[in-house]
Amino acid sequence: MNLWQAILEAIESLSANKLRSGLTMLGIVIGVGAVIAMLAVGTGAQDTITGSISGLGSNLLFVFSGNFTEDIRIEKPLTLSDAEALADTFQAPSIAAVAPAIQGNGTVTFSGETANTQITGITPQYEEVRNYGLLEGEFINEEHLLGRASVVLLGPEVADKLFGRREGISGEIVRIEGQPFRVLGILEPKGGSSFGSQDDLVLVPFTTAQARLIRRSRERVDLILVQAVSAEMVPAASDEISQILRTRHRTELGADDFTIFTQQDFVATAQTITNVLTIFLGGIAAISLLVGGIGIMNIMLVSVTERTREIGLRKAIGARKRDILIQFLTESSLLSLFGGLIGIGLGWLIAFIVGRIAASSGTPFTPVVGLDAVLLATIFSTAVGLFFGLYPANRAANLEPVEALRYE
Amino acid sequence: MTDWVIEGSGLTKIYRMGNQEVHALRGANVRIQRGEVLSIMGPSGSGKSTLMNILGCLDHPTAGEYILDGEIVSHLTNDQLAGIRNRKVGFIFQSFNLLPRATALSNVELPMRYAGLVKGRTQLAREALESVGLGDRVTHRPTELSGGQQQRVAIARALVNNPAIIMADEPTGNLDSKSGKEIMELLLKLNRERGTTIIVVTHDALIAAQTQRIIRLYDGLVVEEPV
Repeated sequence: MNLWQAILEAIESLSANKLRSGLTMLGIVIGVGAVIAMLAVGTGAQDTITGSISGLGSNLLFVFSGNFTEDIRIEKPLTLSDAEALADTFQAPSIAAVAPAIQGNGTVTFSGETANTQITGITPQYEEVRNYGLLEGEFINEEHLLGRASVVLLGPEVADKLFGRREGISGEIVRIEGQPFRVLGILEPKGGSSFGSQDDLVLVPFTTAQARLIRRSRERVDLILVQAVSAEMVPAASDEISQILRTRHRTELGADDFTIFTQQDFVATAQTITNVLTIFLGGIAAISLLVGGIGIMNIMLVSVTERTREIGLRKAIGARKRDILIQFLTESSLLSLFGGLIGIGLGWLIAFIVGRIAASSGTPFTPVVGLDAVLLATIFSTAVGLFFGLYPANRAANLEPVEALRYE
Repeated sequence: MTDWVIEGSGLTKIYRMGNQEVHALRGANVRIQRGEVLSIMGPSGSGKSTLMNILGCLDHPTAGEYILDGEIVSHLTNDQLAGIRNRKVGFIFQSFNLLPRATALSNVELPMRYAGLVKGRTQLAREALESVGLGDRVTHRPTELSGGQQQRVAIARALVNNPAIIMADEPTGNLDSKSGKEIMELLLKLNRERGTTIIVVTHDALIAAQTQRIIRLYDGLVVEEPV
């Protein structure tokens, strides 16, 4: 008996019991559907998060004050002079640009409209380091910095909230914490991010923020953004930053009182988290696939018992053990293969719906059904069918023809 | 020299039932000539079914030697026996044992499938059905056929691989007397036309009387074998 005949015969026998075959398949459909959907959501989340981290800028290093892993007794804050020292090209040849920043929250108002948003005090280098583009207007320059000018760049979301539009806003006067600021320009949207929206913020000159908006002890900065000359120089830049800051903070021995993150660190961390999440979700979904497999085994055992006489007859007219084994294995694998194929469709649909829901709630997020997930699900579900079909099929193949023929 | 199609000597079958040994056959000797039509009779418990199972290669004898169509088959493995059954034995059962979902044609094709025959199966199956007078019923399923017609399909299935012997186990037991008579006539006709050896296992003395010879079993032994 060749395989094609075995498949035809199996389809015939499965379709003789349509409801039963359908319900058995349903277990696999749900299992495979869940696995596909979960993997798709996981991959989608990973793409979104790594995408938004790359959107922060290129070859970036983030220097924070404080040590995130060890306790330290005296913690010196990062200062403007630290930032200036890092910008020294002789001491730090791998560093292309340095942008210190201070951050706080505040209220921005315009003719009765209010927006609570993040206020960042920046230097002109920030534009280059963070890859900012402008929808209109100009970026903050050295003169604004020196003159502590009351100018502000609005993020697109803030512009939406206050003006309901994104152009023709430059030159308007908005109030930040009650003080008047002239709108210098509107930032290009960067899209959502795992750190909250990158578009819901306003940028003001560093000195202005320090003097009027964000109370900080003199010189102190919250964060120094450093851009390395190239991707390969990021580790070298990191070493140079450590060297300079240790000398300046007099902590050559012992723990650092600052922490450096590279963009790759963020990407790697985010990937680890989403991978764990994907495996976790996929694992739970795989359990339902297992349950579906047990359903197949159950039904195949019933089927073997029901068809004992048929098996006896087939053996009487010359079926070998192998023929019977193939017959029942074909049935169980077909059940799970069809279930798997339908499940892939279902998983795709679920992933699509999740993407739609995410989009409508303001987080652009596209679940990705990868070819590898589809292949994995197909192979895995067929394997489940084979594995759980093996015991019933073996039982059928080992029946004694005499006993089987006598079975009532 | 006589052409024996079946030579069984000292055929013994012992079943274990718990701690007890049941001697179903106690060294029966059976010899059947090619082209014979004979019946096996005996009261229930006489070992009739056991003998039929062994002669039909469905079961191994515990002891004794069995030669079917020139091949020693008493010591073959299960799969080898399956091959022997496929090529040399055709079975006809009391309850027909047709596959309910398959057409008459597919039912008759089944032994050829297990024989590994790929080409010309449909043609051979059709011819077999025509020879039992069912040429116009090839696409019918068993449920759409009468008992007599179902048994004819079973006969077509039994003879389609040109076996050396046909084993019929109470072939008329589930049929009314008219269909039963027709089935016996058909079997005798096949024997006349094709020379196939036919062994009928039966309780019915009227059926047995139509055969050339009767083997009687009593307590696991052949008690009468006039050749």
